[in-house]
Amino acid sequence: MLPAAPSPILTGVILDVEKFIARERLFWDELAGLLRLQDNQPDRRPPLEEAQRFYYLYQRVSSDLVKLKTFAGEAETTRFLEGLVARAYSRLHEDCGERVPFRPWQWLTRAFPATFRRHWIAFALSCGTFWIGAAFGAAALKLNYESKTDFIPPQFSHLNEKPSKRVEREEKQDFDAFQGRHAFSAQLMTHNTKVTILTMVTGFLWGVFTLILLFYNGTLIGVVIYDYLVDGQGTFLAAWLLPHGSFELPAIFIGGQAGLVIARTMFGWGTNLRLRQRFARVRGDLLTLIGGAALLLVWAGIVESFLSQYHDPLFYPWKIGFGAVQLAALALFLSLCGRKPRPASTDLD
Amino acid sequence: MLGKTTSLNIRTPEGVAFEIPIASPFSRCLALAIDTAVIVALTIFLSQVMWALSVMTSSIPTLGRVVGDFGSGAMVVMQFLVATGYGMATEWLWSGRTVGKRMMRLRVIDERGLSLGLKQVVIRNLFRLLDMLPSMFYLLGGISCLLTKRCQRLGDIAAGTLVIRETETAPPSLEEFVRAERNSFAAMPHLEARLRQRTTPEEARLVLDAVTRRNELDPGARLELFGQLAAYFRERAEFPDEITIGLSDEQYVRNVAATLFHRASV
Repeated sequence: MLPAAPSPILTGVILDVEKFIARERLFWDELAGLLRLQDNQPDRRPPLEEAQRFYYLYQRVSSDLVKLKTFAGEAETTRFLEGLVARAYSRLHEDCGERVPFRPWQWLTRAFPATFRRHWIAFALSCGTFWIGAAFGAAALKLNYESKTDFIPPQFSHLNEKPSKRVEREEKQDFDAFQGRHAFSAQLMTHNTKVTILTMVTGFLWGVFTLILLFYNGTLIGVVIYDYLVDGQGTFLAAWLLPHGSFELPAIFIGGQAGLVIARTMFGWGTNLRLRQRFARVRGDLLTLIGGAALLLVWAGIVESFLSQYHDPLFYPWKIGFGAVQLAALALFLSLCGRKPRPASTDLD
Repeated sequence: MLGKTTSLNIRTPEGVAFEIPIASPFSRCLALAIDTAVIVALTIFLSQVMWALSVMTSSIPTLGRVVGDFGSGAMVVMQFLVATGYGMATEWLWSGRTVGKRMMRLRVIDERGLSLGLKQVVIRNLFRLLDMLPSMFYLLGGISCLLTKRCQRLGDIAAGTLVIRETETAPPSLEEFVRAERNSFAAMPHLEARLRQRTTPEEARLVLDAVTRRNELDPGARLELFGQLAAYFRERAEFPDEITIGLSDEQYVRNVAATLFHRASV
């Protein structure tokens, strides 16, 4: 009878862990040191020799991990090495696209308008929802004027006042540039930025809340516009809203546009990519849109505090003109800037 | 907790497979509480600075008014920037860690195990506004954390990120556990060699884990585990009574570990 063949896993496969750790520890410590250095100075670009050494150490420690898992399976050291390899792996395989230096002027004059145009349907939908809300608010007020207080939220309670009374009071007041103007401006900027970000991020809930927020804000504007027009205060209204509204409303529409881009990403129409891949594709566009909207809101906040609240009838045409020019400039900027020049015609005929 | 996973499994292009433990919702909550405290402290500090500045300049008529008004405006902007920008700045500068995450030994990483990109940092922090709903209770984020497989809040899903537990511990020194001079089996090298030959890597792994992690066990569980292991190896090994008599179960298993791991070689 032949003796049973020895099992291949029985002999010679258990690692001398103590000796192994003693021998390899130097390399592990060196890799940990390099990782600590990179953690402390994330923007540091290592010299070529260091990068090569880093790659060697990563390979060596990876190989140690494989050996340890296969031949010894010692839990603590395995966990330590897994942590080390994971950190080195993330450093080696990071997305190089992120390292492109940010050029603010190029971003503002090229990337922002180009991104805006790329998603123009979302912008049109955002803008349309807002103005449908405005029409709804105006129609509701026309049908039942008493419902005005139901539409105006508590933080805007001053809008419950009859427009002609407010105009009379505001036009008599002296303008003081330091009477809480900076605080008011700052509150407007931060509040509007929060609303715009919220309009964008609620797009994650399949766009439903983005559309609701746009519609709701539109309703409020519709009520105010209708109220002032019916009371014969159209000029005051235009001089009050146009200087800052010409930037503020487009910024909110752009927030809604970003929200609808997110909603489209959630639905995944026209693509069979997975959710994470779809988000990876639009992430840059979302940041560009929200960054552009934030810039518009900063300017709108400054204008609202220092110009829009200055109610001198002699100054109304200038304010309206300023707002109209701003709006036209913004429209031209968003529709024309950053277009790539068409290649010269190669038609030989 | 539907189909929850506790670790992120990665296989590198070099063929190395490893696991990164994912942070639990509880440790993330603690880190969030610490970060909230830091934000509140920063805001209070800044408001005190602005208040001190306005008090100092209040006696000067025009400058006092300008500083007072400008200061209150700057305070509003700073509060907003601290609340919104704290997470972005710290996660970007400290490679995915805030003060709270550092203290709880957590880190944000790309969901494929890579480093965080700036876009990811900004997006996950902007989405915090949605995760916090309704009104700062983090209900949406909490529900998302509980329902997603990898404990991701909505911001993590949008940014393609994960929060992991950091496992940077020093490798344990095995000297204490497998020291040869305390191993009475060393007197019988031929029997040691037979034991090594008869032990599978899985059994050896079990012995080493039991020895290195024995202090983590409850006393009862420790006695029971070492009793079972010693009984198992007493049957497999053939050490004579004169060197095993009087050995506790735990010392017996430690001798087995020393035999298996101290003098063996690949």
